[in-house]
Amino acid sequence: MARHHGLLASLLLALPLVAPAQGQPAVARGADAILEQHVHRIAGELRCLVCQNQTIADSQAQLAIDLKNQVREQLAQGASDAQVMDYMVQRYGDFVLYRPPLKGTTGPLWFGPLAMLLAGLAVLWSRLRRQDRPMHDADEEGGIA
Amino acid sequence: MRRFLLPLGVLFALLMLLGAGLGRDPQAIPSPLVGRPAPAFALAQLELPEKSFGPQDMKGKVWMLNVWASWCSSCRQEHPLLLDLAQRGVVPIVGLDYMDARPEGAKWLAQHGNPYQLSVLDANGKIGIDYGVYGVPETYVIDKLGVVRLKHTGPVTAEVIETKLLPLIKALNRG
Repeated sequence: MARHHGLLASLLLALPLVAPAQGQPAVARGADAILEQHVHRIAGELRCLVCQNQTIADSQAQLAIDLKNQVREQLAQGASDAQVMDYMVQRYGDFVLYRPPLKGTTGPLWFGPLAMLLAGLAVLWSRLRRQDRPMHDADEEGGIA
Repeated sequence: MRRFLLPLGVLFALLMLLGAGLGRDPQAIPSPLVGRPAPAFALAQLELPEKSFGPQDMKGKVWMLNVWASWCSSCRQEHPLLLDLAQRGVVPIVGLDYMDARPEGAKWLAQHGNPYQLSVLDANGKIGIDYGVYGVPETYVIDKLGVVRLKHTGPVTAEVIETKLLPLIKALNRG
């Protein structure tokens, strides 16, 4: 049963891979299929500017389609992944990267949640210790934490 | 009583943070183009297809590049303001007719009025990508050296014109 679920899930996950290809006149084969996979992988790293919570791989917005074409064109001309990403960032900024880059301005984004979690744990720990004190013997103190 | 101070303080700080977030426009994405030279292009003009135009033709002038299209409904919203701005003659406005066809673009201008010194046709949206266009209309202010100084995404409002565009254009013209 679990096995079937896994199969169904992977089929569902594969659906978006198939769907965009239907709109295209020719079925990609051989070298084209490899290029398409490459385009799809990069498109999955780029944010759609119009529908911001989608990658351009998932989006059917006109701009997303144009940007996918741009990615395809550049890869076909031999550009590296980094060059394609750079091309997009130069035009649309870091925002276009679906995974935000790690740098000074994005520090709070990456480490904020962790810092808040640690702060919360520190408060919890100090509270628990304080509550423990009257009820337990001195040598048991800190046992919970 | 004092033990509530810390949680309340934290709650208040969090509310402030979330409140500030609500006030921000998620559609406004900072453009990496601001402070950089306007990407070059040579496109055929909309009305005079045999003539081409590029940003280099505006060297020495402060000007505005406005991205529009005949299919763009919110362009109609800002259009009267652009017409008014053009009539005042404070800044030359060049139109970039984005992902449009020549007849439709020309018809739209004839119908709604033409605030542009000239328009160029970006039929396949290639130049739009170079400018990082993701929502039409978009407006760029470009200085005498050809450097992009401001980008506004979405229709300009009277407030944007008065408080952002005009003061900037005035300052750039002085410099």
